[in-house]
Amino acid sequence: MKTLEMKTLALTGNESGAEAMRQIDPEVVAAYPITPQTELMHKFAEFAADGKVATEMILVESEHSAMSACVGASAAGSRVMTATSSAGLALMWEIVYVAASNRLPIVMPVVNRALSAPINIHCDHADSMGCRDSGWIQLYSEDGQEVYDNIIQAVRIAENDGILLPVMVTFDGFIISHTMARVDVLPDKAVRKFIGERTPLHPLLDVNKPVTYGPLDLQDYYFEHKKQQAEAMRSAGAVIKAVGKEYGELSGREYGFFDEYLTSDADFIILALGSTAGTAKAAADELRSAGEKVGVLKLRVFRPFPAEELAAALAGARAIAVLDRSEGFSGIGGPVFQEVRSALYRRYQIPVSGYVYGLGGRDINVEMIASIYGDLKAGRYHEDKAAHFGVRE
Amino acid sequence: MADKQPKWKDIPIGGVITEAGNAFQYNTGDWRSERPFVDMEKCIHCLQCWVFCPDASVLVENEKMSGFDYVHCKGCGICAHVCPVNAIEMVPEGEADKVAADQWGIKEKKTASESGKEKPAK
Repeated sequence: MKTLEMKTLALTGNESGAEAMRQIDPEVVAAYPITPQTELMHKFAEFAADGKVATEMILVESEHSAMSACVGASAAGSRVMTATSSAGLALMWEIVYVAASNRLPIVMPVVNRALSAPINIHCDHADSMGCRDSGWIQLYSEDGQEVYDNIIQAVRIAENDGILLPVMVTFDGFIISHTMARVDVLPDKAVRKFIGERTPLHPLLDVNKPVTYGPLDLQDYYFEHKKQQAEAMRSAGAVIKAVGKEYGELSGREYGFFDEYLTSDADFIILALGSTAGTAKAAADELRSAGEKVGVLKLRVFRPFPAEELAAALAGARAIAVLDRSEGFSGIGGPVFQEVRSALYRRYQIPVSGYVYGLGGRDINVEMIASIYGDLKAGRYHEDKAAHFGVRE
Repeated sequence: MADKQPKWKDIPIGGVITEAGNAFQYNTGDWRSERPFVDMEKCIHCLQCWVFCPDASVLVENEKMSGFDYVHCKGCGICAHVCPVNAIEMVPEGEADKVAADQWGIKEKKTASESGKEKPAK
């Protein structure tokens, strides 16, 4: 299939997100600045001020208000976006759940940053992993290109009639948000056509069909509404796949639940999210040239968790290392580690070794990842308790 | 009761309510731990109870207090509190059915017991 002619731009991850938002031209954006998301909203606010988008920009006094405004505008029937990081996401917390529970298809880039305290502005995944149970779909991006592609797809996924769940598109603070890279951008018209118009199910502004949002919902109905939400999340996988395929036909870049890099014959697989997957691929390349059968599985969709497909993709490995860029403080290991083990349960007997790394932006490099492959090969596993990798002992 | 209620596939998503006025269908009366009774011999139909009831559960016919809507009354006791002639008594739900059955058995009980508005606590 012939793909469209694309413009190649040099953009930071934040600019890439802003460019996607410009093309989406959401009807309402409510946001509050926080490092490292600031540049994204700065750029988008510039588009709004310059008349490049028709968006109603609502500048609020906090992230709690930002998400509240998004909830109101989305319930009204608008296509709504915001963006945040770290403490901003934490301050939104209550309303993050409200957005998902009210089934409002809000799209929110989250520029991953460590949570306080002590205060730290650099990348880890504690913020978005913290709300893994909030009912939002979560897409993790490796680079600026994926930031752009994921944000555009997120609109279609969120607004799908059978789903109607908000979507978080995450990317690593500073590592991706502030580094410039090549991004192939679709024509504006193609994006507009791909996302189409939002047709809200119960718009609050339809005065001919008045509805109530957020009523009291007690023992006799609440559970039914949670069941609906859980089923929508379960159904989201098929929609994410279908949208990823359609986007592939449009752009030449197809997306699924995860990316498999040299995994088909790999004995040892490292599973990572975000920018670290790129570093892991470089490590795998080096080890492959030395004859080692290693591969990388980059997880893109964390919510819903693609357990069955992931287990099948890992089935041939002798051992797997899971890299978590958040602690989770479960006493066992990070959230990705636990999900992967759970996905393999009773399917395959493969050792899963957990690594918590890169907290507060602590660097991870090719040699470090090569050493993890070395651990797997030597049978040094961290199965019961994840290792804190890269910490000074 | 649960069998009669709609299943998860049959209700609007997100807790959205699409029909107006359906709070009326909601039996908030089963939240009640105390039930108000009115003594019509004492009642002067000033309708203070009607004014203050937060749940519109005081029934009025021909401008006269005629009783309570027990399907919606949550038993807060404001009516009994504001009644200027102490015509309303709050009775624990466990005893309320018996009281209702005995009609004004409540009176005897009140004079026999240590509590009640006529007999302030010592």
